[in-house]
Amino acid sequence: MFSDFDFDVISRSMPYMGEGMLFSLGLTFLSMIGGIFLGTLLALMRLSSFRVLNAPAAGYVNLTRSTPLILVIFWFYFLVPLAMKKISGDAYATGIGPFYSALIAFTMFEAAYYCEIIRAGIQSVPRGQSDAAFALGLTYGQGMRRVILPQAFRNMVPILLTQGIILFQDTSLVYVVGLTDFMGAASKIAQRDGRLVEMYLFAALVYFLLCFSASYAVKRLQVKYGAGR
Amino acid sequence: MDFSVFFQPAFSGGGIYLDWVFSGIKWTLLVSILAWIIAFTVGSVLGVLRTTHPVALRAPATAYVEVFRNIPLLVQMFIWYFVLPEIVPEGLGNWMKGEMPMPEFWNAVLCLGFYTASRVAEQVRSGIQSIPDGQTYAGLAVGLTRAQVYRHVLLPMGYRIIIPPLTSEFLTIFKNSSVALTIGVLELTAQARQISEYTFRTFEVFTVATVVYVLITLAVTVAMRALENRVRVPGYMGSGGK
Repeated sequence: MFSDFDFDVISRSMPYMGEGMLFSLGLTFLSMIGGIFLGTLLALMRLSSFRVLNAPAAGYVNLTRSTPLILVIFWFYFLVPLAMKKISGDAYATGIGPFYSALIAFTMFEAAYYCEIIRAGIQSVPRGQSDAAFALGLTYGQGMRRVILPQAFRNMVPILLTQGIILFQDTSLVYVVGLTDFMGAASKIAQRDGRLVEMYLFAALVYFLLCFSASYAVKRLQVKYGAGR
Repeated sequence: MDFSVFFQPAFSGGGIYLDWVFSGIKWTLLVSILAWIIAFTVGSVLGVLRTTHPVALRAPATAYVEVFRNIPLLVQMFIWYFVLPEIVPEGLGNWMKGEMPMPEFWNAVLCLGFYTASRVAEQVRSGIQSIPDGQTYAGLAVGLTRAQVYRHVLLPMGYRIIIPPLTSEFLTIFKNSSVALTIGVLELTAQARQISEYTFRTFEVFTVATVVYVLITLAVTVAMRALENRVRVPGYMGSGGK
């Protein structure tokens, strides 16, 4: 069945696929940072005892978590240019380009998932720690920054990284708006050269090797962290 | 905002755009529920195999889980739809390309089912492994075989323990069914995009689609919570087991 395989198409398209991979990795990395930052803010809002803070955060997280990622990508593709027109006041503003629309979509989407991880992480820090921080006279902000969050993040590192691997797989969905990530590059070559079998199997293999070794590394890290405590 | 767009005559098909929305909901539900049946069945078998001792049973199940979990769903969708007919024996391949009824739909169901099976397998495995060994020994001590221990002791408890994570997998399958639009299944998200392209009422159309997904989530959550209460073992996982 592999007799009429054209491995040459893969080596020929290597530079183009490489660019796609850089796009995927860049999108993953940036939206992971943005998602963790926004997710931390959302988690602190959800844990707040003020209703004006926790209700909107809970609403946002639950809404986002019940919507498919593809629909969220479509939403932001539609909303970001509109928002740009509003902000710049220029009715003919062309927006900020597809990469940033995708980046905003992924950041906003992942923030909801990171929020839940971080919220659980903060709650796993024993209550005595925040009591002790307040007893020492630290303010809420100081207590969070210097006592609670460092401990919470230490516990969460493996889960945050695992979510990053899931995010990396999810970035392949930018295909639906025609961006050239790794999968987008593979499918463009596949269609141009009529080599669907080779390109899609190759893409699957690359994704598998990357995600499998990354999860293995996270598992090792988890064992190491677990033993250190 | 102008939601009257849904009552305008549709571009094709003779109905109104609301009919397109309902057709989208129908395909979303069909793909998700059929895929869930596959995922639950295959996932349960794999999960049980992963808890058994013989390496000949355990290793293939582990390999399955690793492969299906580490390849993006979109890539798997394309492999089922574009690649599989080319690499299976020629007769079957020709059938898949020519005579298979609704190939997009069935490939989406199979893909989503076998993909989610790997995730269900992990839940089933962790459910079984969270039951204290003493229960297995007790089962064996009263004369049950290994298979009977699974049938009467481990699985009934294991499934109850994993109802909450299974609920979230079941919710994920509805959301993941939108990936089927990439191979041409006109499910809810695809219909929403199509209507917005014909009417330019993007905001209204996406809002309705989002609301439908939220309603599906609510319905599933309520149903699963009811199930959890119904099957709760008195005195075990009481109110704290939620």
